[in-house]
Order: sequence, then C-alpha cells, then structure tokens
Amino acid sequence: MTKPVQPLPAAKVLDQQFLDIRCRLLDVAATMDRIGRGDGATHLKDDHRLEKIKKGLFILLDSSSAKAEQIQKLFSLEYDASWEIPKPRY
Amino acid sequence: MNYIDPHIHMISRVTDDYHRMAQCGCVAISEPAFWAGFDRGSAAGFRDYFHHLTEIEPKRAAQFGIRHFSWLCINAKEAENVSLSREVIALIPEYLNKPNVLGIGEIGLNKNTRNEAIIFQEHLDLAAKTNELVLIHTPHLEDKLKGTRMIIDMLKNDTRVVPARVCVDHVEEHTVRFALDNGFWCGMTLYPTTKCTPARAADIIEMVGADRIMVNSAGDWGKSDPLAVPEFILEMRRRGHPESVIQKIVFENPISFFRQSSRWSEPFTLLNDRK
Repeated sequence: MTKPVQPLPAAKVLDQQFLDIRCRLLDVAATMDRIGRGDGATHLKDDHRLEKIKKGLFILLDSSSAKAEQIQKLFSLEYDASWEIPKPRY
Repeated sequence: MNYIDPHIHMISRVTDDYHRMAQCGCVAISEPAFWAGFDRGSAAGFRDYFHHLTEIEPKRAAQFGIRHFSWLCINAKEAENVSLSREVIALIPEYLNKPNVLGIGEIGLNKNTRNEAIIFQEHLDLAAKTNELVLIHTPHLEDKLKGTRMIIDMLKNDTRVVPARVCVDHVEEHTVRFALDNGFWCGMTLYPTTKCTPARAADIIEMVGADRIMVNSAGDWGKSDPLAVPEFILEMRRRGHPESVIQKIVFENPISFFRQSSRWSEPFTLLNDRK
C-alpha cells in the first residue's frame, strides 16, 4: 500500500478556490432565477428535481464531511439487496 | 509525463486527437466496445465493429506512436436485446486471439434491468471460460449507485471471478469504495457534466489513495475531452502532489492491470522502435 495522498492545507485550498466557489454559487443562483422568471414557473414548485436541488443546498450548509458523497446519494435510486442475481453457468 | 488513457472510444474521434494526445505524452490507450449512439440491427454490425477495434484503429494510433488495445463485448444498453446479445457473445472468441485485445468489456448495466443482468453474467461466463480480464461499465447518474451494487453482487456471487483481474469503471464519490474494498481495480472517468471533473478525481485520490485506481477520459461521440487525463495531471501538480504518485495513477497502474492479459505487450514507444 502506498502512502496516503495528502490534501493541500485548508487555508491554501480556500485561497485558491474562493473565486471559483463564488462563481459557481452565482451560476446556481442565476439559473434558479432564470427558472423563476420563465413562463410556468409556478407549476414547477413541487417538481422533484427542484426539491432535490434544495435538499442538496442543505447538505452544503451541514457541518458534516463527505458532502459530495451525500449529494451523490441524494441523486441516486434506491438499491434492493434482495434482487434476483443471475446464476453463473459452466 | 508519459500517460495511458485506459478508456477512450477513438472510433468516434478524429485523427487530430491522436496527434494532440501524443503531443501531451499519451503512449497507449485501451478502447472498450461500446454503444455506437444507435442500436445495431444485427450481429454482423458487431463483426464489423470488432474488426475496426482490432485491425483498423491500432494502425491509426500507431502513426502517432500510441499503442492501441481493445476490449470486446456487447454493451449494456444493447444487452436489453437478449437474443442479439447471445449472437454477439458467440462471435467474441474468434477475435480473442487478436494481439491488441485485453479482455471482455465494457460490460455492465445501464438501466439495471433483468435482461442486462443476465447478459452481464453471460459475459462473465465467457471471461471465466477463456480466462480474460474484465472491464466494467457502471451506470450513469441516478442509476449508478444501485447498478454498481448489483454489479458487485454478481461479481461476488461468481466464485470464478478474481477481483484483481476486474476493473470497475466510472466510479465516483459514492461508489469508489464498493470497488476498492472488494479488491477490484477501479477507474474514474473525467467527463463533462455526467461524471468526474479532474478536481473531484484528485479529491477522491486524496480520500482513497493511489492503489488500484486509474483515470480515463472515456472520450467518445458526446461532448468530451480526449485530453482529460493531462488535465488531471495538471490538477494534481497544482496541488503539489509528487510526480511519483501522479505517474503511478496515469501510467503504472494501468500497466499493472493490463499486464495480467496474456496479450499485453511492451514497450509502448513505437516511433523509435527500430525492430
């Protein structure tokens, strides 16, 4: 097993990524505004995709780690461990 | 830095891409059989495709000093048609002695259906019978977590499967540990919008380490970047990771996995090979 691959110090990541994060937040905000301005926006208020986006934003506010993994799971279908596995042949 | 793109669909790319990849240090690629963007009407269409993967594309790559390897199968999307899939699987053995074929792939699931699972298992049967390496496509987006777990279930259920001879591809944050913790190799795909970015792939490396993991572009007919692996190299360098770690991920790891194939050959450098 090779040595762990260490991330950059936290302050350095923030220094490097601050403007990038700001830009992405603005992009999300502007896209939500665009949806809100469009015809039929009120019909979308219960859209399950928008619900998931809102839940994703709450994950960002949470203090726990593995936020990317949590958001991946939020946008994933459920797995059923009892599914019928095909049998190997030969 | 020399690198290998272990998953790219060059049949969909122009020759200029080979040129630019070689300029960036690409010395070898492997090209899995995949969905052509439409469902093929007969097994004869796959025969032509396998001919292309094993005869035509290696010659095109060789012009730029790039070694071309391939994987053969019927992809998960067309596997919904079970009778066609069985005809195609029956064709594969006659191509397995071609010198650039590394194994069976990219097999897997698409919408996680019963038919896809049946054909996945029948590909595993063929790989076991012919002692081939296996390259696995995991589904996209909301289907990925469920499909990856179903694939791992099938692999673990088949006692003939040697995890070190299987690569589970397109892993992301929520699936990478299912592959690694069960002893499989894994691939991260650097693909716009639907898969990993170079930055997220570097994050995953920082979380799980650099063993049994590789990165690829999966460049194809969609909006994709055949130079995604060099982008990853740049991201890792920007973070100050040692060259040795980067080289392990983009060069040594693919070789370690591919070397298990009986048809793997070295060295890679064709342009200055005077034999």
